[in-house]
Amino acid sequence: MPNFRDTGHLFRFAGIFVAAVLIFLAIRGWLVPHTFGQYGHYRGAALTEIAAKPVHFAGHQTCETCHSDIAEKKTAGKHVSVNCEACHGPLASHADDPSIQPAKLNTAQLCGQCHEASAAKPKGFPQVETESHANGVACETCHQAHSPAIAAGGAQ
Amino acid sequence: MQGVDGFMYPNEVQLQWSVLIVLYPFVTGLVAGAFILASLVRIFHVEAVRPTYRLAMLTALAFLLVAPLPLQLHLGHPERSYEMYLTPHRTSAMAMFGFIYLWYLMAVLVAEIWLDYRRDIVVMSQSVTGWRRWAYCVMTLGSSNISARALEIDDRVGWLITLIGIPSAFLLHGYVGFIFGSIKANPWWSSPLMPVVFIFSAMVSGIAAVMLLYMLAAGLRRQAIDVRCVDTVARYLLYIFIIDFSLEMLDLVHRIYEADESFRSLDFMIHTKLFFSQIVLQIFAGTLAPIALLGLTQVVKLPDLARKRIYAIAGCLTLIGIFAMRWNVVIGGQLFSKSFLGYTTYKMGLITREGLLMTVLLSLLPLFFLWVLVKLLPPWYEKQDTLTVVG
Amino acid sequence: MNITRRQMLILLPAAAVAWESILAGTPESSPNYNLSEHWWGMLIDIPKCIGCGNCVRACQAENDVPDGYFRTWIERYHVTDSNLANPEVISPDGGKHGFPVAKEDKGKYFFVPKMCNHCAESPCTQVCPVGATFISPDGVVLVDQKYCLGCAYCVQACPYGSRYIHPQKRVADKCTLCYHRITKGLTTACCEACPTGARQLVDLKNPNDPIHAFLKTHAVQVLKPQMATGAKAFYNELDGSVR
Repeated sequence: MPNFRDTGHLFRFAGIFVAAVLIFLAIRGWLVPHTFGQYGHYRGAALTEIAAKPVHFAGHQTCETCHSDIAEKKTAGKHVSVNCEACHGPLASHADDPSIQPAKLNTAQLCGQCHEASAAKPKGFPQVETESHANGVACETCHQAHSPAIAAGGAQ
Repeated sequence: MQGVDGFMYPNEVQLQWSVLIVLYPFVTGLVAGAFILASLVRIFHVEAVRPTYRLAMLTALAFLLVAPLPLQLHLGHPERSYEMYLTPHRTSAMAMFGFIYLWYLMAVLVAEIWLDYRRDIVVMSQSVTGWRRWAYCVMTLGSSNISARALEIDDRVGWLITLIGIPSAFLLHGYVGFIFGSIKANPWWSSPLMPVVFIFSAMVSGIAAVMLLYMLAAGLRRQAIDVRCVDTVARYLLYIFIIDFSLEMLDLVHRIYEADESFRSLDFMIHTKLFFSQIVLQIFAGTLAPIALLGLTQVVKLPDLARKRIYAIAGCLTLIGIFAMRWNVVIGGQLFSKSFLGYTTYKMGLITREGLLMTVLLSLLPLFFLWVLVKLLPPWYEKQDTLTVVG
Repeated sequence: MNITRRQMLILLPAAAVAWESILAGTPESSPNYNLSEHWWGMLIDIPKCIGCGNCVRACQAENDVPDGYFRTWIERYHVTDSNLANPEVISPDGGKHGFPVAKEDKGKYFFVPKMCNHCAESPCTQVCPVGATFISPDGVVLVDQKYCLGCAYCVQACPYGSRYIHPQKRVADKCTLCYHRITKGLTTACCEACPTGARQLVDLKNPNDPIHAFLKTHAVQVLKPQMATGAKAFYNELDGSVR
C-alpha cells in the first residue's frame, strides 16, 4: 500500500488527537459533579447547600409564640406593623436559647434612625428634630416603643 | 469615596478586570494577526513575504502558548478553570474559549508547523546528537518518511489546514471581541462592530509584530533584511490599518451622532480619564502617525534605509496603539458607572498578582518561547537551503 | 417579664416543631416546600422608604456580607426640575447608617432601595462559562460558590451593579433573596427588618399573594426596562430619573 505508506505519519498525528479526545471524555464523565444537570445547567446540590445556611433573624412569628403580650400591646399602636427584630436586631440565637438575653436598646439613638426629621423623608412619616424635641432625654421616658403615642399610655 | 467622581453603584467602585485582561486580547490579537500574515503566503501566494512565513507561524505559536496565562492569573479560583471543559455553558461566550483555544493551538498551529517542518525535523533527528536528537525523534512521531510523495501530501494537507486556519483565527479573536461586544449592560462594549474591530486590529498588531521581529532577527543575525519582503508586509499593514481605522471611526461617529443615554457619560470619560490613552496614544500616536508614516513610503520614493527605519517606528507605534486600544476597551469599560452618573479610577498594582510586574513578565514570556522555538525549529530559509543539500 | 412562662411556651410541641423545621429544613426535605410551586420576587414601595438603612444592616447581619460590598443598598435621589436627566444621587456606605439630614428646598427627594432583581431573563446567568450561577426552579438567581471560577464575567453583565467578587472567598457573591429563609417559610432579612413595609417578598405563583391585587391598582415599574431582563423587583411609583 504505497499510498498509506506516504500518509502514515498523518494518521499517527491524528491518532494522538483521537486518543486525547477519548481520554478527555473519560475524565469528564468522572469529574462532572453527579447532581450537575438535575434542574438545569448547574449543580443541583447547590440549592440544598444554599438553603441550609443558618438563619439569624428569627422572624416575628417566632417571637410572638412566646412574647404574645408584646404582640398584643403593639396592635393598639402605630408600631403594629414594625417587626420585633427591626428594632431589637437579629435574635435567632435568643429564640434558640431564651437564656441568651439581647442587649438593652438605646432609644435616644435608635428611634432617631427612623424619626430624625429630614426633608428627604416622605412627608406623612412622623419626624422630629430630636435635639430640640428631647434634648438628649431617652425617647422611652415619654413614649413606649411598642405603642408610642403618649395618649396611649406613656411611660410609667 | 476615594477615586470616585459623582455616583457609582457601591459594588462598581472596584474594577473587576485588570491590566491582565488588557494583555489577553492583545496577545490573542498578535496570534491571529501573525497567522493571517502567514496565510498570505500559503493561500494567497504573496511570494514576497515568504521569508516571514515560518517566523510568523512560530510567533503565533509562542504567543498562543501565553494567551491563557493572564486569564488564569486573574481568576479567583484558577484551580477550577478545568470546569470550563467539563460543563461549558452554551449561552456563554467565555465558555467557548477553552475549545476554540485548543482547536486553534492543536488542530491549526501545531499541525501546520509540524507539517511544514517535518522534513527538517526528520533530517535533524538523524544529524544532531544528545538531548536534541531525542526531542526531534519524538517530534517525528516515529515516522521518517520524507519521500517526495509524502512531502507533497504534507504540503497539500498543510494548505488545507491553513484554509481552515483563517476562519479559525477570525473565530479566535472575533470571539474575544464578542465577549465584550455582547454585554448589553455596558454601552461602551455593547456593539456588533466589536468583534470586527477586534479582528482587524488583531491583524494590524500581528503583522506589525512579525515585521518588527523579522527585522530584529535579521539585525541580530547580521543578515540583510529582504527589503522587498518588508515593503510588501508594510503595504499590507497599511491597507488593513486603513480598514481598521475606518471601522473604529465608524463606531465613534455612530456613537457621537446617535448620542444615546450613555453618550454624555462616555464623552466626558474620553475627555478626562481616557484622554491620554484614547486620544493621544490610540488615535494620534498609535493610528494616525503610523498610517501617515506608512502612507509616506507609498507616496514618496525613499532610500531603503529610510524606509526600514520608518517601518520600525511605524511598527512600534502600531503595537503601542493597539495595546492602548485594548486598554481603552477593557479598562475604559469599567471606569464609568452603569448609572451614567459617575466615574471610578483604576489603580494598577505593582508587584501584585494582577499588577504591572506580572504584566511585563507575561509580555516577555512569549518572546522567550519564541527564542526556544526558533532554536528548535529555525525559521530561516537560507539555512533550509543547506539542509536541502544535506537531505 | 415572665421567663419561666416563655421557656414553657417554647417547649410547647407546636412552637418547638415550627422552630426546628425553620432551623433544619432543606428545600427538598422540608415538608411544605415545593420548588415548582413558587416564583419569587420583591415589591419595593418607594413612597414608604424612609432611608433608615435597616435593610442594609439586616442583610449584612443575616448573610455575612463583607464590608464595602452590598447585596442590598439604598440610594437617595434629589431631583430638581432643571436636572431631571442628571439627578444628584448619594449612597453613603450603601445607606447602611442612614443618610445625612436634608434641608427643605425646591427639589424632591426620595429613597430607592436596590438589590438583585432576580431577573427571569438574567444577563448574569447567561454569561457564566461553567454554570456556577443560575436561576433556581423557584425563580431566584443564585451562585454556586463551590463551583464558581471567580472570572467576574457575571459582575460585568449585571446592568444593576448587584454583584461583586467576595474579597476573601474570591467567587461571585450576590443577594440570594435569603433563599435559606424563604424555603423555610420565613421572609427575607431585609423585609423582616424594614419598619415601614417598603419591601415585601412576593410569590408570583401564589394566587393569594397580595402582589396580584397591588399590581392591578398601582403604577409599578422595574429598573432599566430597556434591558429586557425580566426583572422581578417591582418598584411602586418609581421616578423616571432613577437609573
